Amino acid sequence: MTQQLLKIRGLKIEGKSDEVWTPIVNGIDLDLQKGEVLGLIGESGAGKSTVGLAAMGFTRDGCRISGGTVDFDGVDLVAASAAVKRNMLGKRIAYVAQSAAASFNPAHRLIDQHTEAPTQHKIRAKAESALDGMELYRRLRLPDPDNIGFRYPHQVSGGQLQRAMTAMAMSCRPDLIVFDEPTTALDVTTQIEVLAAIRDIVEQFDTAAIYITHDLAVVAQMADRIKVLLRGDEVEEAETRAMLAAPREDYTKSLWAVRSFQRPAKPAISAGSTPIVSLKNVSAAYGKSPVLFDVAFDIHAGRTVAVVGESGSGKSTTARCITGLLPPSEGYIEFNGEALPLDYRKRSKDQLRQVQMIYQMADTALNPRSSIGDIIGRPVQFYSGLTGSAKRKRVEELLAQIELEPGQYIDRLPSELSGGQKQRIGIARALAAEPQFVICDEVTSALDQLVAEGILKLLAQLQDDLGLSYMFITHDLATVRAISDEVVVMKDGKVVEQGPKAEMFQPPHHPYTDLLLSSVPEMDPDWLTNLLNGRGVDNIGDAAVGKM
Amino acid sequence: MSWLMNLVVILSVTALVAWAFRFAGQKLTHNKPFFRDMPFAVAFGYVAGLLVLIAAVSYYFRPVAVNGVPSAGVIFFRWAVQGFIGFAIAAYLFRLFGRSVGTAGTRKLFRAMPLTAAFGVLIILLYALVSIFAGSIAPYGQEEILANANIVPGGNPLMGGDPNFPLGTDQIGRDIYSRLIYGAQNTVGIAFATTCLAFFVGGSLGFLAAIVGGWLDQILSRAVDVLMAIPALIFALLLMTIASVWSNQLGIDRTIFMILIIAMIDSTRVYRLARAVGQNIVVMDYIEAAKLRGEGMGYLIFKEILPNATAPLLAEFGLRFCFVFLTIASLSFLGVGIQPPLADWGTMVKDLSQFINFAAFAPNVATAPLLAAGAIALLTVAVNFVVDWMLHKSSGLKD
Repeated sequence: MTQQLLKIRGLKIEGKSDEVWTPIVNGIDLDLQKGEVLGLIGESGAGKSTVGLAAMGFTRDGCRISGGTVDFDGVDLVAASAAVKRNMLGKRIAYVAQSAAASFNPAHRLIDQHTEAPTQHKIRAKAESALDGMELYRRLRLPDPDNIGFRYPHQVSGGQLQRAMTAMAMSCRPDLIVFDEPTTALDVTTQIEVLAAIRDIVEQFDTAAIYITHDLAVVAQMADRIKVLLRGDEVEEAETRAMLAAPREDYTKSLWAVRSFQRPAKPAISAGSTPIVSLKNVSAAYGKSPVLFDVAFDIHAGRTVAVVGESGSGKSTTARCITGLLPPSEGYIEFNGEALPLDYRKRSKDQLRQVQMIYQMADTALNPRSSIGDIIGRPVQFYSGLTGSAKRKRVEELLAQIELEPGQYIDRLPSELSGGQKQRIGIARALAAEPQFVICDEVTSALDQLVAEGILKLLAQLQDDLGLSYMFITHDLATVRAISDEVVVMKDGKVVEQGPKAEMFQPPHHPYTDLLLSSVPEMDPDWLTNLLNGRGVDNIGDAAVGKM
Repeated sequence: MSWLMNLVVILSVTALVAWAFRFAGQKLTHNKPFFRDMPFAVAFGYVAGLLVLIAAVSYYFRPVAVNGVPSAGVIFFRWAVQGFIGFAIAAYLFRLFGRSVGTAGTRKLFRAMPLTAAFGVLIILLYALVSIFAGSIAPYGQEEILANANIVPGGNPLMGGDPNFPLGTDQIGRDIYSRLIYGAQNTVGIAFATTCLAFFVGGSLGFLAAIVGGWLDQILSRAVDVLMAIPALIFALLLMTIASVWSNQLGIDRTIFMILIIAMIDSTRVYRLARAVGQNIVVMDYIEAAKLRGEGMGYLIFKEILPNATAPLLAEFGLRFCFVFLTIASLSFLGVGIQPPLADWGTMVKDLSQFINFAAFAPNVATAPLLAAGAIALLTVAVNFVVDWMLHKSSGLKD
């Protein structure tokens, strides 16, 4: 017999912007039984995190619950006093945040932070709860569970920290845990470990959970039911399998369809043509510690080379070598058959113009105090010497090229644009230099899937129109599949495998490529179970290491 | 120890009333969250605030004169309250004026302006006008010695004042009101010039060190460390002594040397801040993009970094301006700053400071040195109001 744990009715939340209260969530209903996992999905701005926090009776600063009830096991958390909520939070409801690194206090050991809640709520004494913490670490398959708690947050990896945070949420054996995008910031190979750990422990303790994510494939593995949100409204809700098999609403269908974008394959490279960019056995080091070893690959005109790997594999360092920000310690880079000076300061204006970059975080890549017209206009003026109305005309052309209305955007500041629009401005700035070669450093990883697809389509279109060559750095294999012509797989600063896309996605693989490919979540709800069975559940943490 | 007993009684009564206030609030509003979640300290604050307000109002309405003898305390308190309310109304009207007159841009600026900032802008404008037109506003010259010395402020003959000298005269018979006006010209003008110079030098070098790094950063930073290791005032005194010799030899005004010396000493503080802020900005991707474009150092500093560093630099500007002010006052106090008979607020405070001793039995006499100090304080507060507002605006903070 199931038992109702959480019952949200007509939840309305407002946020304050420019002194005006605007609705963020317009009347959401939500039901959760004991031991059930509900997936909340939607794009950013859909209000999924806000709803997740409201399930704990909490809102962020500048937000308020303006209507509805949040009934948690008979207590209305909206009306409850601060004292009642204090007694409830941490003990019966816990929260796991997206960035474990930012949520742990860097000045205290893990176990000391772990024991805080149980001691505070007088559930267990400190020593007892430390022992319990080690037990939880063991169940979450953290390495060396008896001692890892005595480390500081910066001494463990991101995936381990996320699991330690889940253990911390479990410390009082709550009835409900809210997971807010717990794996979004992790590599695919690490993500699997965390997903498996979370799923197991939620099952073992029969904990109910709200799992917030924008990744459909992830939610398919975790949730019993899925609720889709769009701009503060519910789109639809159904059992996971039912929804995956037959989504009802158009919006849900469009979410499902995103991963299908794939540009047509290009003809093979004609033998003997000079590549635009050619890395000749490049090695590089930060100070004395080497990070790149003998990296060599070619990028041909009008083609896209995807560089894939986990974080720390040297993808971005390779880009820094090509741009000249980090001169290689050995080897060199050829551009159209001529060797480029290693240091960017020694390159001519024209050499600098030919290589442009698009950055991952559009927020830090655009000067927040410059208008869009200035951001794009500066390289136009700098390289082509256009000024006044001729410059403005060129900027308007570029804005039209990235599918933004020139008259509307030219005088705005970056903060007045959405994430996808900012990324488009980053593209326009690169185009303004009229380059032959563009490095795209994780350009879509900070964006929602629908927006990311728009950016990928735009990049593909620009390549066809202008004959650009791309080096596409990414850790997302769906992106690789969508846009690349050739693939380079990197690990620990070395090229593990490279070749045309069609070959790379066909077996036989290098074992590491295999691990990467198999770690990408699929829509199939049984995918994680099957994969874990295949790899052997007990040593999943070591599986990644052992297979290499 | 009766005052101690009084204090204890007042505090305990306040605490009791505060508890009752919260309890009554909870009962009457049926546990509205405002009262339900109110900590005791907050309730105590409300009640204590109310008590202070009642005390102030009752003091305000005490009779101005008892048996024909004017009570100076009440008179000055009324002036202070009236001044405060008057300035608040003036600031409100000023903002209203700004909202309805001018271009679309300035109107928008005024619409988003809090009252405190309007107050600050108004005061700064007032100071600027006064210092520019000092010669035609002041009733007497700043060096003019008049017949009567030591006339008490207030302008009321019954209290020892003189209506011709509303703020009284100093110990050698110069009109304090006129000297305050000329002091605005001397002190504010010099302090502003000095602060601007300090920011230009310290800011540019700090950003340069942040961008270039390496040996240039090392040389500049260590040089600044050495300068900062010497106590600022003593260093300034030393340099001023040397400068006084030079100024005689070269025939350059000693004030110029003072501006240069204080600017140099204060630019070390600005340098440290600019370098720290700059280092956070140079790691941003847009700086990398500009570098890869091949931009020069000047563009990087003034177009890419400076606009993003304005918030902390502005905050520092407000503070630094006040410090420069005080340094000038200190130097004048020690006799090497602005030279008498030129009026300077710092010197005025010092000259009249012995009147503070009268505070116990003749409070109106003790206000004389406070006038110049109040002028400094008012400007300081105004500058900081404006800076706070700019900070808020440029950092995009929401409350």
